[in-house]
Amino acid sequence: MKVKGAIIAAAAVMAVSTAANAATLDDVKAKGFVQCGVSTGLAGFAFTDANGVWDGFDVTFCRATAAAIFGDANAIKFTPTTGKTRFTALASGEVDILYRNTTWTLSRDVDLGFTFTGVNYYDGQGFMVRKSLGVKSAKELDGATVCIQTGTTTELNLADFFRANGMSYEPVPIETNAEAQQKYLSNACDVYTTDASGLAATRATFEKPGEHTLLPEIISKEPLGPLVRQGDDQWADISAWVLNALIIAEEKGVTKANVAKLAADGSADPEVNRLLGKEGSYGDMLGLPADWAVHAIAAGGNYGEIFERNVGESTAIGLARGLNQLWSKGGILYAPPFR
Amino acid sequence: MSDSRKPFVASGDIPPSPPPSSVVGPIAWVRANLFSSISNTVMTLFGVFIIYSLLAAVIPWLFIDSVWNATSLSDCRSIDNGACLAVIKERYLQFIYGFYPEEERWRPILSFFLMIVAVAPILFAGVPRRVLYLSGLYPAIAYWLIWGGTIWGPVGVVLGLVLAVVAYRLITTTLPAVVGLIGGGLVLVLWWLFGVEIFDGALTSVVDIGLPVVESSKIGGFLLSLIIGVSGIAGSFPLGIALALGRRSNLLFIKALSTCFIEFIRGVPLITLLFVASTLLNYFLPPGTSFDVVLRVVIMVTLFASAYMAEVIRGGLAALPKGQYEAADALGLDYWKSMRLIILPQALKISIPGIVNTFIGLFKDTVLVSVIGLLDPVGILNPIRADQNWNGIVWELYGFISIFFFIFCFGMSRYSQYLERKLQTGHG
Repeated sequence: MKVKGAIIAAAAVMAVSTAANAATLDDVKAKGFVQCGVSTGLAGFAFTDANGVWDGFDVTFCRATAAAIFGDANAIKFTPTTGKTRFTALASGEVDILYRNTTWTLSRDVDLGFTFTGVNYYDGQGFMVRKSLGVKSAKELDGATVCIQTGTTTELNLADFFRANGMSYEPVPIETNAEAQQKYLSNACDVYTTDASGLAATRATFEKPGEHTLLPEIISKEPLGPLVRQGDDQWADISAWVLNALIIAEEKGVTKANVAKLAADGSADPEVNRLLGKEGSYGDMLGLPADWAVHAIAAGGNYGEIFERNVGESTAIGLARGLNQLWSKGGILYAPPFR
Repeated sequence: MSDSRKPFVASGDIPPSPPPSSVVGPIAWVRANLFSSISNTVMTLFGVFIIYSLLAAVIPWLFIDSVWNATSLSDCRSIDNGACLAVIKERYLQFIYGFYPEEERWRPILSFFLMIVAVAPILFAGVPRRVLYLSGLYPAIAYWLIWGGTIWGPVGVVLGLVLAVVAYRLITTTLPAVVGLIGGGLVLVLWWLFGVEIFDGALTSVVDIGLPVVESSKIGGFLLSLIIGVSGIAGSFPLGIALALGRRSNLLFIKALSTCFIEFIRGVPLITLLFVASTLLNYFLPPGTSFDVVLRVVIMVTLFASAYMAEVIRGGLAALPKGQYEAADALGLDYWKSMRLIILPQALKISIPGIVNTFIGLFKDTVLVSVIGLLDPVGILNPIRADQNWNGIVWELYGFISIFFFIFCFGMSRYSQYLERKLQTGHG
């Protein structure tokens, strides 16, 4: 791990000293599109539809970023990255921005030479069990067999949790989520543990989802967000403020449906006017057109709309907003003021 | 002996009676092959039981209860409890082409049929030899068809080969062949590095013939498998022969170089080379150069396979009796002629099973590119399964992929057996 980290860091330094020192925004404008790194496939977050078009929660944020720069949500190309290739793809300049359910950790932020520019999904590790087991809390799982993805932070979290509570467990190592589904359904393990969003998405695919339950305990913090190469503050600011703009838009009730009208007519709320480029020159500060946020919001709606459409309770995945609710409504989603 | 009793004289052969039913016919065959002993009987019954259970599970699932018309997995489940084949119906084009633009799909199809024409004279003896010119040009044609862009790039690359041959001919009229090889190689490298770009630019500005560009990120599915597999196979075979000959060469430098290359490549897992291709190469290349990722992978796969190929062919070379080499020398043939006319035809014939084995392995190894994020059939499963409509489908998709690979690998295997029979010279 140490060696791998060192290689990636060294490579990142090389890349930073060559490619990334040039302003990413200029490069992107010259290319005419944003190259966005996404997952190779994660239910609700990144997938392709029947026409081969990328869609999903993370993908929509990418599109909003492209829309903010070019006014066109399709001025974007997607690079599917795996858990192993994502960091090198970003460090080497193959992608401009990475929206790939990546947990913000100290070492990734500092040691690997990236900058996390926000959190677009607050996740946490949970447990799924069959209802027939009669387990009501993760504290009752002493001696259980647990399906766990190897080589992930979830594996370490699990060990910490059981040790802290003085319990024992028997791990059943698995590689992919698909494998976990099969193992869990064939009773090879009592418990499946991974990020709560993943558990909900997995349960939604079962033939009888009602027979399974997610335990209330969330044993880790998994803030998932976009990241860019360290050393290009302008590009990092753009990435951060596209995300912030979508959150503020939800706060202020600016939606995909009314954004065009609000942008044309103005609003009684000065912050909405600032957001939509009616007042001030905030676009200039970022190096973007004045109406950048209008396009970003028009691309896929505000944060709440993106959430509802891709992973929300009306979808098959059926995630509750939970922590990802606005701060004013009991969540921890909190964007700095737009002024 | 009495006169009243006539002696028996046979007037002809006794007609052969049919063999007893216990030794011929299906019943006898079954008895001899399936129930000849207690242990055989037990094995037979056990085998029948396994086959029956498999078929009893698969046939209703796949044919009777399967669902072809549905829009999502839950839809499928509400209709019937068999295979949800609707996902294949909706996504099979993605499995074949990846995200190749719909209106351009005639290009991979045309390349595929041209490929069949191009390999025909290599695989079968009855095809006119003139088609071999197409085989030689095919890589450039296929590249142009699939990736598009101006035609002058591929033309320039081919022209480089022509120039190299011309240079070789010119030099060897006065100087030894080694100098000719070096000179030809130099011309080739210089032309490819600098000449092609100028040539391409100049001619494109005059006559711009081209197809719309299709990026590598749009290429996926079986198309990608075939691109990597076929170029790997086509490239690794000549490279492997060269490496095998190099390793047995008397020239120390060439021998050391070949040995190092082979041992290095064989000592490294393919997945490592793929990671080098997908990520590490980016750091070494000057920033801004976009060396296509599929091309990088093809090169790595070819190098990897050629090392294995070299060892298989070296086995064939080693199996030839020394007399064959001596006979070739005695005929006064030079090295290349003796190799081409006497040694290689025999050595390659011996190596056929091993060669095809390597080809099949290489073709199946192409699915490893899904690990570096390329959307080959296995890689394209993920974004499909991540679609809310189809999340949770496993068997149908993997089964579909396995059928494709089975057809190709089994085809290669049958061809190798045909070739072995055809080349059978009947030593004993």
